[in-house]
Parts: sequence; structure tokens; C-alpha cells
Amino acid sequence: MPGLEDLYREIILDHYRTPRNRGELAPPAVMAEGHNPLCGDEITIYAQVENGVLVDVKVSGQGCSISQSSASMMSQAVKGKSLAEIQALVHRFKVMMSIEEDADDAPAVEVKLGDLEALQGVVKFPVRIKCAVLSWNTLLQALENAAQ
Amino acid sequence: MNTTRVDWAAVKADFPVLERMIDGQRLVYLDSANTSQKPNAVIDAMTDFMRNGYAPINRSAYRMAGEATDLFEGARSKMQRFINARSVNEVVFTKNATESINLIAQSWGRANLQAGDVVVLTHMEHHANIVPWHMLVAERGIELRWIPLTEDGQLDLSNLSSLLDGAKILSFTAMSNVLGTITPVKQLCAAAHAAGAIAIVDACQYVPHNVTDVQAWDADFAMFSGHKMVGPSGVGVLWGREELLDAMPPFLGGGNMIGDVRLDGFTTAELPSKFEAGTPPIVEVIGLGAAVDYLSNIGMANIRQHEMQLTEYALSTLSARYGDEIVIHGPRNVEVRGAVLSFAFRDIHPHDISQILDEKNVCVRAGHHCAKPLMKLLGANATARASFYLYNDQTDADALADALDGASDIFGV
Repeated sequence: MPGLEDLYREIILDHYRTPRNRGELAPPAVMAEGHNPLCGDEITIYAQVENGVLVDVKVSGQGCSISQSSASMMSQAVKGKSLAEIQALVHRFKVMMSIEEDADDAPAVEVKLGDLEALQGVVKFPVRIKCAVLSWNTLLQALENAAQ
Repeated sequence: MNTTRVDWAAVKADFPVLERMIDGQRLVYLDSANTSQKPNAVIDAMTDFMRNGYAPINRSAYRMAGEATDLFEGARSKMQRFINARSVNEVVFTKNATESINLIAQSWGRANLQAGDVVVLTHMEHHANIVPWHMLVAERGIELRWIPLTEDGQLDLSNLSSLLDGAKILSFTAMSNVLGTITPVKQLCAAAHAAGAIAIVDACQYVPHNVTDVQAWDADFAMFSGHKMVGPSGVGVLWGREELLDAMPPFLGGGNMIGDVRLDGFTTAELPSKFEAGTPPIVEVIGLGAAVDYLSNIGMANIRQHEMQLTEYALSTLSARYGDEIVIHGPRNVEVRGAVLSFAFRDIHPHDISQILDEKNVCVRAGHHCAKPLMKLLGANATARASFYLYNDQTDADALADALDGASDIFGV
């Protein structure tokens, strides 16, 4: 069994204890809710999109250390990025979580995950992958709502 | 309670999976409210049937098919005696308790419920006893009313008569899968009947751990799953009063449930086949029969006694060790609670707790336990839940208490 230290890295616990970008945004910002029916985790993402750029993002909800730290780190990573950059980042994150693969003809875009690399250990605990990915799917839903 | 001495260490040894070592540590299985482990007697009965006698039931003339039918119907008779049903016709095999409740909602419900009719449930129900009724709200426009809870997680019956006023159904759990609370089944059935309603008992958590007597309850329907009572998954039971089952339209249509089929229609078979469309889970029913024998040999009163002592031990051990840092939901009195302990520990999320306990091979459930409305009342979106059964002992409770220390180390609380 992989060690728990692979999962509960210090930077993850730091984001769990002091989550970044907590809160809500008023309209015209859009929101989306995500649930993990397996464990009851709930997350709400608020997104303010202007001219194809995510100018502000907030996270609320409650859940385990993995889902909450992933949301916190994600919010830092995507804030101020263009929608295209965010799509690439989401893809890169999901590749790291081993739930998406790179297409053979994928352009070699350099996407840096930064702190998010700390979540790499989650892959060794397959039941927790859903926790880590919840906020990312919720963000995609929020961006879809913004496009409508 | 009249109990005899049981060698509980020998009982534990009947369950081969409990000998499994992972990373050099023994398995501490505390998730039996979710699903139970299986004794050799059940495993052997199922494999023996598949190796030596597997055949269809009720429809072929050769000897082996006759033997299979006898084994299958023998399991039904065992179950009838186990829950003290009046007749084997009252014991319907389903896929699980969830299917049993859906069967009642769809068959009895559709035949008897109109817009505005009232179904009374409680705040401690499993989703399986909520969603089938929600579906009838959408389809029929029935009204749902809810029995609330007291502070310590028992049913608050102070307004029961007004809640039941004009109701057609009272459907409630005999034992909460989250709080462990054992409800006053007889009293609730009597109150339902006094109001002119039928009483449906979700006995999933009750039957595996207690002496069950559906006639003493004076209930109308009850249901439970085989996999929680040391039997296999894939088979459950619906018990119902024969006169009610007789009057109900069929649920699923197909083979086995018919009397006659013509181009212009069909007639149904007699009970209980009427509600057993298609080839049933033959192997699983035979396994469930072996589970009934196994539990009966130990004695349900003995099992209840064992679990009460174990629950008392676990409650006092955890409280003595962690004081206010652990919050265990549900009643403190083991006379009215089963061996289910849902808890909050320090500020650590249940999902993280179960992950950390898993490192010590302590298996608990984390999540909403398919009871989201109750979770909302508890002010949590999840709890960790340790549940005990006949194969657990005090060393398992100690292992749980010890493993919780590891959670503090990682989260530094």
C-alpha cells in the first residue's frame, strides 16, 4: 500500500486548513454546483468571465482534505487565465489524475501545474481521484454556464 | 433475555475473509451495516449447489431440477420461520430491500394512492424508503409527511396522531443505518392501523441483528436484504400480509409469475410466484437459506446480546479515550440502539478518517450513508460510521480507537 505521506503532502494540508479564494461572487458572475454522491462532498464554483478571461473565481462548499485543497489550488491556478489556457490546464490535471490521455497528435503545449503537482499522489488511491477532480468538473460546468 | 453461551472466537473463525492479512496486519471489518461478511456455511452451500446440483427451479421434470426446487423452496420455509410469517406465501424473494420497497410503492401504491393521499415517513429513513415515494409524489401527487427526531436521535412521536391523520401509509425503519436507533415498531404499527393506514417496516438493519417476529409487530409489509445478514448479495425479501399481496397487481411481468398467457392477455400465478418474475437468484436464495440456518444455530437473542455488550464497550472506550473530541450520533442507551456508531472526530473529514483507518486495515464507511436528509439534520454532509456484527469483538473496537490516533498525527489536531 502506498504511504499516506504520498497523499497528505504538507502543501495539500496547508490549502485544506487555509483555503484560498473562499467565498461567493454576485451576478453577473455565474455559478455551478458539484456533488460527489459517493462521499457527500459539495462544492460551488463562482466564475466571473470577461472577454474570454476568468477574471475572478470563488469557491464554497464542504468536503474532505483532497477535494477542498484541490479546489483551493485550482482557484489560484486558473484566476486571470484565458478560457483556452484553463481548458489546457484542466486537461493536464486530468492526465495527471489518469482519467484523460493525451491524443497522439496533441500539440506540445507546455502547461505548468505548479503546486497542483502535490496532488499527484492521489492517483495511488483510486477512490480519492473523484475527490480531487470534483472542483475541476464543477469549474468546467461554471464556464459552460458563462458561455450561455 | 434468555441466552446461552456462544463461543464467539469460533464464530469469528467461521468467516474466512477475517483471516486475511494486508501489509502484515489483520483485517478489522467494521462496515457490516453496509454489507456483512460470509461464513463458510454460506459459501459452501452456494458452491456445493453450483458444483453438484445446479438446475432451474419450478419448470423442468428431471430429478436434478426437482432437487433444486426443493432447495429453493426449503430456503423460503426457513425464512418464513425465521421472521415468524404465517405462511410461505407471504415470503417473496426480490433482488434486495430496495426492490421490495419499490415493489410496494409501484404495486400497492399505484393501486391505492390518489392525488392528495398522505404517506408518512421519518427523518431517519434510508434513500430506499424516500425516493420510491418521491417518485409517486411526481406521478400521483401524493403528499409526504415526516416524523421528526428528538435531540438524541430517536423518533419524536409527540405529534404522531396528527401526522397520521388521514394517512394511507406509514413507512419507517426499524433501525436507523446511521444513528443505530431502534424504533418502537409495535407502537408505530398500532398507531398506523388506528389511523386507518398500513404499516411498512424497513427492517434491513434490524433483521440481521435481532429476533424478528412480523406477527408480533402486527405490520403489513416488511423488507430486508440477504447480504447484510451473512447471506449473499443479489437477494432480498419482501414479507407482506397474504390478503394484501393477494389483492395487489403484479410488479414485474414475465415468466414464472403467470397463470396463463394468451394473445389477448394474461392471468397471474398464485403467491408468492406472482411477484417473482423471471429466473430468480437461485444460488443466492439457497445461500440465504444457509445464512438463516447459521444465524439460527447461534441464536438471534445471543447475537443481540453480544452486540449490545460490544456497543456499550465501544461507546465507553471511545468516549473515555477522546472525550469531547469525538461526537457519536444517536442514543447512548444500548437498549434502543444497535451496533452502529456514526461519529465526528476532531475536525477531520470522515473521508480522510476512513483513509487513515484503512492504513491500519480498519474498514469503516465514510459518507452520507444514503440518508442525505438525516445528514442535513445532523449538520454534516458526511460522517464516519463503524458498525459491528457477530464476528466482531472488543479487540476490533480497540483497533478502531487506536487507529484514530493516526488521524491526529497527520492532521496535527
